Amino acid sequence: MSTNGMSDWAVDLANVANIYPFPGTEFLLFLAGLAFWIIWHVLQFRAEKTELRHEMDADETGDKARKAISRY
Amino acid sequence: MGTNLDALTTLFTEFYYWVTVVFMFLIHVGFCMYEVAASRRRNHIHTLMKNIMIIPLVTVTFFFFGWWIYFSFTNGPYLFEGKGLNFEAASFARPWDPAMGTNLGDHITGVFWAAFLLFSWTAASIVSGSVIERIQSGAFWVLAVVIGSFAWIIDASWGWHWDGWMVKVLGYHDAYASGVIHAIAGGFALGVLMVLGPRLGKFRSDGTPRDIPPHNPWLVTLGLFMIYTGFWGFYAACNVPIISPEVIDGQITGATWTATNIYLAPTTLSAITFNFLMSLSGGLMAAYVVSKGDAFWTFSGGLAGIITASAGNDLYHPIQAMFIAAFGAWAAYKLHYWVERKFKIDDAVGAVAVHGYAGVIGLLICGFMLWGQPSSPYEGYAAINPLGMLIGAIIMFGVLGFLPGYIVAKILNGMGVLRVPAKVELEGLDFESDQAYREAIADVVSAEHALVK
Repeated sequence: MSTNGMSDWAVDLANVANIYPFPGTEFLLFLAGLAFWIIWHVLQFRAEKTELRHEMDADETGDKARKAISRY
Repeated sequence: MGTNLDALTTLFTEFYYWVTVVFMFLIHVGFCMYEVAASRRRNHIHTLMKNIMIIPLVTVTFFFFGWWIYFSFTNGPYLFEGKGLNFEAASFARPWDPAMGTNLGDHITGVFWAAFLLFSWTAASIVSGSVIERIQSGAFWVLAVVIGSFAWIIDASWGWHWDGWMVKVLGYHDAYASGVIHAIAGGFALGVLMVLGPRLGKFRSDGTPRDIPPHNPWLVTLGLFMIYTGFWGFYAACNVPIISPEVIDGQITGATWTATNIYLAPTTLSAITFNFLMSLSGGLMAAYVVSKGDAFWTFSGGLAGIITASAGNDLYHPIQAMFIAAFGAWAAYKLHYWVERKFKIDDAVGAVAVHGYAGVIGLLICGFMLWGQPSSPYEGYAAINPLGMLIGAIIMFGVLGFLPGYIVAKILNGMGVLRVPAKVELEGLDFESDQAYREAIADVVSAEHALVK
């Protein structure tokens, strides 16, 4: 009993293919990976929205922005 | 070398390891850039020299005794069937043995020794970043030899050798060194930091931490890019590139040649390429979110991700590697700040978290993910299992990492040579050389001004 079905290496390597854990779950892993990727974009958009709001609030008069432009 | 095929295999293997060594040199370049960038301007040269002198000091000591330790300590000694030091297996690895020099009958020892040596530099360099701006160079260089040529190579002999007792008894599996390099170096750094103490000004009077920003965030990230690049070489160096079942002489049948991990169990370069990139990506993505886009932690999270997945990256599916890495990067970030607040540990570059905690987490996850799989191609070895990996993590982080770091730092502190005086720390470790530099510039500028007609 092992997570990839192999309990020893008493095999002919010519007859062995995939050896990753939990074979048969590849499609589920793919779906979970897709979800991870999409959730990442959602979280990133939210975080950037907050960040941009903070950036906007950081300089109400425009003085700091003018200094930043001068610094190049 | 007998046949032409034997000769080609040997020369290919020799060249393969040589290339990995050159790649791994970039790890040290990256660590130097990263540390100097993380330090403040008044400490640059000291920080650079502290790290760069790891190279000669660990190299000569690794030649003198580190390499011999790897082959002679596989039984503990006395941790496996009452067996002591394995003098016979190490009989070619003493500095005075013919294999340890120009020898037309041995094309492998030199490059294999060098690959391990570069791992030794890395172990010491991981510690180097965490202690910047207040440790005495002499003390650090003693500590570098302890971790680089002694503690880590014992753990490699125990758990990163086809004949190591931890592999046989515990089913320990750590193909790309979550534990044997990263957890041990992180634990060692933590032990040193507990004795060394935080930088002056790091904590407010109420105990809350201040951020001490790197003087050059851009250079920090470039340094980490270099480390990623060297890490490719490290991964390749952890494999045996080509070997026949006959030479392995274990349970594998048939005549199909293969690449193997350090335990001589089959894997492929293709597998670890998939997993390196997917774990890097998982770490970067998670670290970006958890750190709110902080460049330093996003890059460090990529590293933490690879480190977390490394124990089983010879066998994981790439998407598994990605998720494991994402969890490791998230946990390393959270643990770094929790430990900093709770225990007032000033780890200047987050090395304990990125290498130590991520390494330990990687070992624990590996025990579950690879549960029941063979740890070795040889009969009679324990299968990979969660308990064995937990004990392995304790040995790596605690017994061979934290304890030696703490004890040697205590001794150095007792001798009064661990930490620089407070005045020197405040004025900067390069203060005198900075003054001389400015005076030299003023002198030559005024002399040249006088020559203008």
